[in-house]
Amino acid sequence: MLKRVEKSAAVAVVLLMAGAIGAVAQQAQPVAADAAEIDIQNFKFLPDTLTVAKGTSVTWVNKDEEPHNVVSLDRVFRSKAIDGGEKFTAVLDKSGTFKYICAVHPNMRGTIVVQ
Amino acid sequence: MTNLPPNGSGASRRGLLKCMAWAGTGIVWTVAGGVPRGLGLGEALAAPMADGFTFVQISDTHIGFDKEANPDPKATMSEAIARIAKLPKPPAMVIHTGDVTHLSKPEEFDTAAQLMKGVKQEVHYIPGEHDVIGDDGKQFFERFGQKGSKTGGWYSFDQGGVHFVGLVNVLTFATAKAGGFGTDQLEWLEKDLKGRSASTPIVVFSHVPMWPIYPEWGWATEDAPQALSYLKRFGSVTVLNGHIHQVVQKVEGNVSYRTAMSTAFPQPLAGQAPAPAPMKVPAEKLRSVIGIREIDVFPSKAAGITDVTLA
Repeated sequence: MLKRVEKSAAVAVVLLMAGAIGAVAQQAQPVAADAAEIDIQNFKFLPDTLTVAKGTSVTWVNKDEEPHNVVSLDRVFRSKAIDGGEKFTAVLDKSGTFKYICAVHPNMRGTIVVQ
Repeated sequence: MTNLPPNGSGASRRGLLKCMAWAGTGIVWTVAGGVPRGLGLGEALAAPMADGFTFVQISDTHIGFDKEANPDPKATMSEAIARIAKLPKPPAMVIHTGDVTHLSKPEEFDTAAQLMKGVKQEVHYIPGEHDVIGDDGKQFFERFGQKGSKTGGWYSFDQGGVHFVGLVNVLTFATAKAGGFGTDQLEWLEKDLKGRSASTPIVVFSHVPMWPIYPEWGWATEDAPQALSYLKRFGSVTVLNGHIHQVVQKVEGNVSYRTAMSTAFPQPLAGQAPAPAPMKVPAEKLRSVIGIREIDVFPSKAAGITDVTLA
């Protein structure tokens, strides 16, 4: 019994350490985040405008049951169907302002500014 | 709800519900003397079709959908196809008004094409927005494109004295916030209709509704007014659409508009949900809100339209 408790405590310590390491890593690179996430929920892009550094990989996560997709109006990035519960990632390595839509529901619109 | 005639008038609540239920799945049209007349499936059985003909509309089969609103749209599509085969008056042809697939995946197109082999009549397809995801409709047109259609996929043909026009309004989404035809297609339409007698009955079909049912949800076609300006001079125009998975209709002058049920799942009434997502109904109710449409077209009367549920 006692042994088991010790083991759990050890696991907790390891997890805490991992968390601390993660936090340190994040602090080391406050600006050049290399990944960002946009939720798709209730037929909206959240946030609908996002500014990222060049080279960032942006992931759209579809939290609706309905499929969506993302297509930038100038075709810099374009997904196939993203079904409910699926994701799509694009690495944005060109600077500029990219307006995009969901071509399945064209009243869904978003903008990504790559700096 | 007592003593309603079994074949109740449209005023009866039961009749209305029956009609609405059928709206998603299919409609039988009869063309006689060139004017389509919509009939209920029950009516279609009885009506004499002296010099007219019947065709069927199916829509929004959504092969590949697997969520709670209908875990097996293949089964319901098969049931819809079986209904077509059993119609007492065999339809002359079938139109599919789009969203054949759910995610534009190759295997979904394969499955749908395989199931559609169960339709013995010629089928004329136009795409929905779910059929053109990520490739501007390349896969769709390879499989279901009309022979001889223009670049862009639109077309027209004549059958039994009626002029049929299939339009594509799901490929202009970069500029339109709802459905759209674009200038090339509108120019083609103007030319296609020019020179035809105003007494020619016209049936126009496209996926997204051609009148503004609920633009906030994209249930509209932005440049449809221009298309309709070319159609106004005709004595009988029937506009058949899909997209909204329920029957909504409107008559304006000589133009009669009607959306169809899906064979897969219903959608909420306009504005009655946060978004136009699939509507869940109890499994035992599903077949009363999906279906097909039978259209009877006569030479000199309005088309008879019957929306038939799968229940």
